[in-house]
Amino acid sequence: MISLAHYLTVAAILFVIGVLGIFLNRRNVILMLMAIELILLAVNINLVAFSAYLGDLTGQVMAMFVLTVAAAEAAIGLAILVIFFRRRGTIAVDDANRMRG
Amino acid sequence: MIAILAFYLFATFTIVPAIAVIFARNPVHSVLWLILAFFNAAGLMLLLGAEFIAMLVVIVYVGAVAVLFLFVVMMLDIDFAQLRSGFTRNLPFGIIVALVLLAEIVIAVSAWKAGPALSGREVAATTQPNIVALGQLLYSRFLLPFELAGLILLVAMVGAIVLTHRKRPDSRRQSASRQIRRRPDEAIKNLDPGVGEGMTL
Repeated sequence: MISLAHYLTVAAILFVIGVLGIFLNRRNVILMLMAIELILLAVNINLVAFSAYLGDLTGQVMAMFVLTVAAAEAAIGLAILVIFFRRRGTIAVDDANRMRG
Repeated sequence: MIAILAFYLFATFTIVPAIAVIFARNPVHSVLWLILAFFNAAGLMLLLGAEFIAMLVVIVYVGAVAVLFLFVVMMLDIDFAQLRSGFTRNLPFGIIVALVLLAEIVIAVSAWKAGPALSGREVAATTQPNIVALGQLLYSRFLLPFELAGLILLVAMVGAIVLTHRKRPDSRRQSASRQIRRRPDEAIKNLDPGVGEGMTL
């Protein structure tokens, strides 16, 4: 039988993969945003799993809000990326210091 | 039996594409792996009985977010090989950090004990369909957060348009003020020429 721990393990592995993705692709903002999406997906799986095993729908409502914020974050992040690319001609972020005073 | 098989299938095809996302050389492949991971995560949520969230993941993540990523990756002319220069240098450190994090989570989960409310077994589905119950909750107890979520999406939409919109000098745009300033006497001339006389302009 599939228990709650199984789902939590899948979500934990997904979360760690997302964090690893942020560490490995330090220069590539697009891949960093994708890794953030993976992290949010792991959070969503956790919320839905707890909601199902608790018999309480609040977790699923929260998962929906996380989904909303993830969509908004992706839209704004990619918009910033596009204007960054227009200004600089590259998306390497390790030397993104234009906003420094 | 079939549920166990489905769980392992969905879990495998969520985790393996997720690894492929961060290790793929081509970012377009990354996005496609991401779509596969999203689909199988939706399958996991279906197994948990959260049909509405599963469909929402497919619609929002695959239909909107992943396609947005695909657009941006293909639209911008980026030298991705140059961006990967720090990859191998960060690899050992990143692996160490990831393993430490995973160990911490595993230790925390194994030390964690379910409270009395959490039986550890899946609660039997109620008679109400998932989407009906969720809708009743959303429009009663969570009405304000629900409206705020809509507001967040509106702000994100306006923000994305404002950020990426640019005026091009060579594009011929409609000039509203010039259109309003036009008077009828300088635009139209009423003539009533007799038959065979013709007219001069």
